[in-house]
Amino acid sequence: MAEPTLLKTPLFDWHQSHGGRIVEFGGWLMPVQYSTIVDEHQAVRQRVGVFDISHMGRFTFDGPGVLAWLERVTTNHVAKLNLDQIQYSLMANDQGGLIDDILVYRHQYGYYLVCNASNRPAVLAQLEQHRQGAVGNFHDHTPDTAMIAVQGPGALGTVQPLFDQPLEPIKYYHLTMGRLLGNANAVVSRTGYTGEDGYELIVAANQAERVWNAILDSGQSHGILPCGLGARDTLRFEAAMPLYGHELSEAINPYAALVGWAVKLDKGDFIGRESLRGWKRDPGRTRVGLRLEGKRIARQGTTVLDADRAVGTVTSGTFSPTLQRSLAMALVEPSLARVGTPLTLDVRGHREPAAVVELPFYRRSPQTQK
Amino acid sequence: MDPTQLLYSPTHEWVYLKDLTATVGISRFAVDQLTDLIMIELPAVGTRLVKGKSFGEIESVKAVSDLYAPIGGEVTEVNTAVVENVQLLTDDPYGVGWLIKLKVDDAAEISELMDFAAYEKKLAEEAH
Repeated sequence: MAEPTLLKTPLFDWHQSHGGRIVEFGGWLMPVQYSTIVDEHQAVRQRVGVFDISHMGRFTFDGPGVLAWLERVTTNHVAKLNLDQIQYSLMANDQGGLIDDILVYRHQYGYYLVCNASNRPAVLAQLEQHRQGAVGNFHDHTPDTAMIAVQGPGALGTVQPLFDQPLEPIKYYHLTMGRLLGNANAVVSRTGYTGEDGYELIVAANQAERVWNAILDSGQSHGILPCGLGARDTLRFEAAMPLYGHELSEAINPYAALVGWAVKLDKGDFIGRESLRGWKRDPGRTRVGLRLEGKRIARQGTTVLDADRAVGTVTSGTFSPTLQRSLAMALVEPSLARVGTPLTLDVRGHREPAAVVELPFYRRSPQTQK
Repeated sequence: MDPTQLLYSPTHEWVYLKDLTATVGISRFAVDQLTDLIMIELPAVGTRLVKGKSFGEIESVKAVSDLYAPIGGEVTEVNTAVVENVQLLTDDPYGVGWLIKLKVDDAAEISELMDFAAYEKKLAEEAH
């Protein structure tokens, strides 16, 4: 079978002509970094960074039957959403495994769903399969739009001068609609994947480069850097946000992954509910944070040992630029999840001592919460 | 050291050979490709290296990479400063960021390495 064509975001040419190192990610050609991962990471923690996240899947829904349809295919309670509110949710299969983790937006024209790039075909298939005659409009908005994240203490100061609506009053996990640069329609949400305050902007594909350049200009006085997927990963990792393909998969139940709070078993029937009820009683494993004594990185797949017994597997590991320590997240037997529990990691044959630590590894201080 | 006077392996290690002592490091290109170096592991003095085989590893935020011996021989000196502070390697891969010194077994092995011009040419070709 021929290799599928790799997709490009509307900002691909900009990335390539500004030193972005392009890698394949989830079927897309994306910049992993422009400068260094650590510099980009620190820009977001201390100042502000901008990310092209147009590879994320975006779907619009409106019309009759749409709410019931979304309730059927997601685990969180869509009907609880207020106007202009956003909900973290999951899409489960019949066995209670996860097809994806998603965001559901409710706005004045209907609903919006944002999913992971690599899972867009599976999400699409699940939506189609369980439509059950919902007659509303449904549209894959991904190719028509771009999505840009502006994250860090300087995010508000960077975006506000470009936007015709006040950003400060938007609460965490809420959105507003307005215009950027006078005439570019935008959905702006106070969401992100970095552990910092910030905004995510959805604009028409043909406005992407204009908006991106305006953000870089506006952010210059705040010390903005364009940031790639490398820093996006280390930032979300420190904040202990799960990443599909690592902490989440069809083989990992949401209770083990510590996202069981996004499953509302009492909301009415939905796909995977009976299996999820069982997983809630016995998740089998649980996600923990681990701090290694040494500097070696325990990457995904590293075996976790209790003495000589294999008790789990690392889902993500990196060197934390903020904490200057080698850290990992792992799925382990629940009896070993207590903070302080000593464990050993088998890093390519090296026995590395580690201990269970609290998640998240990093939480921003209240002073920078604007 | 002057990078134009060094010899290079296809895996981006450099060699400076004087009499039968080889100083070994990795190229600026390799350092720039890796970025965000975390740690480096080097062999102990007395370790015998075989040309083309791994003699250590370098860990960056993105990935762990093997270091390959550009020439065979016995390790006579290890740059402990770079092990303690891998930033030295980022700062100056041809100077304070050197890695190991070897007593070379067979100086003829060096003929398989590239000079600076050939190495630059290879990098330019791989960029396309």
